[in-house]
Amino acid sequence: MSVNDQVLNYPIPSALPLDPPAEWAELRGGCPVAHVKLPSGDPARLITRYEDVKQVLADPRFTRALSAPDAARLTADGGGVFNSELAQIIPDSGEEHLRWRRLVGKWFTAKRMTTMRPAMAQIAEDLIDEMVKGGAPGDLRAALGFPLPVYVICDMLGVPAEDREKFSYWSDTLLNLTRYGKEEIEAAQAAFFEYMSGHIAAKRAEPGEDLLSELIAAGGPEDGGLTDLQIIVTGMALLVAGHETTANMIGKMVSMLLADRARWEQLLAEPALIRTTVEETLRLDANSGFGLPRYLPVEAEIGGETLAKGTTVICSMAAANRDESAFDDASAMDLTRSPNAHLAFGSGAHSCLGQSLARTELSVVLEVLLRKLPTLELAVPAAELERVEGLAVGGLRTVPVRW
Amino acid sequence: MKVIVDEDKCCGAGQCVLLAPEVFDQREDDGIVMLLNAEPGPDQYDLVRESAAVCPGAAIEVSEEA
Repeated sequence: MSVNDQVLNYPIPSALPLDPPAEWAELRGGCPVAHVKLPSGDPARLITRYEDVKQVLADPRFTRALSAPDAARLTADGGGVFNSELAQIIPDSGEEHLRWRRLVGKWFTAKRMTTMRPAMAQIAEDLIDEMVKGGAPGDLRAALGFPLPVYVICDMLGVPAEDREKFSYWSDTLLNLTRYGKEEIEAAQAAFFEYMSGHIAAKRAEPGEDLLSELIAAGGPEDGGLTDLQIIVTGMALLVAGHETTANMIGKMVSMLLADRARWEQLLAEPALIRTTVEETLRLDANSGFGLPRYLPVEAEIGGETLAKGTTVICSMAAANRDESAFDDASAMDLTRSPNAHLAFGSGAHSCLGQSLARTELSVVLEVLLRKLPTLELAVPAAELERVEGLAVGGLRTVPVRW
Repeated sequence: MKVIVDEDKCCGAGQCVLLAPEVFDQREDDGIVMLLNAEPGPDQYDLVRESAAVCPGAAIEVSEEA
């Protein structure tokens, strides 16, 4: 039986931790709008070709309204970040979305990120020193990958980094699609909401020089600003997004590069390749997670098929990023690849707001690691790395390294 | 080379500014693209072409004539 005539369970498991499931190539070739069954049991359509994924992500008919009554639930409990009602508070489209995007986006400009580089490099240096002090082997994920983005986003939002254990738990309950029950997720979301409400109230009383204080200072909707509720949810969203995504990517990026140490050697010889290397690891990340779900409130055509109103579509950016029709020798890791118009951050008006931040963090981490630990290597065979299961944003459980 | 940017399509991702800071910048108040140099010199051609190719909003247009 081929992938063409069966309903695949989604997410599709893969045999090796850093490699994609074999089905991706088959689907792109013969079944670009596949029938899949989600963890909830609900049906959806899976999109795997580059052109199709790009089109869906940019097409406003494919909405983020996953709380619609006939939208597919991702998990049995209907929980998780995508079905969350909180997710609907940030405006999804039109003028309001544009206003939100611009109010928040100015905090994530490339120039601002560049000025943050020295501080990020210092954090990376300190974390690596600490890991080295603990002796080899160390866990690069726990020692560096996780804490660095947390420190950075906490500083931007003006929330205390000491509370990072709490954020970690709350963010996991939002992003893990299978691990927690409905009650636990709801309790965690309520606690997170209460924490952020308190934080915003404190900022209102005593503003700082951070993103949330500035959002408050911009005034309410009548002044071109956001409502209180929108500011709270924005704070929650940024904390979660600025946390788990890059944190996991740091571990995956380093693992992908060390899995074939010739890549590490190439970078040591030519550090100018750091920028294109970061993009190439983002493109080839086989564990980027669930993909982006979209709900179709009207009939629409994609990949030569007409999809009925009410269809839920899952965009697999990771599968699209390996499409031979978009990238030469798509399955090969080429540290010099340029241009590299991968879809790891999505595409169009909803593409990742924090992509400059993520890129800067990844490149700073790589630069400091190459400089401080040129002898870095994986302490286990790459095939033995373990994935974190069930996350909307995929990652590796640990990244054991020696130096 | 002539460069045109479409502010309405710009989503403020900042890719172009990371790649070609001599040609592109982002406005302080909303992160939207600002064109610093609509007719950049040959040393910028590759970076500008790459910026146009990877822009998530397809907001950068490059015309290669003249």
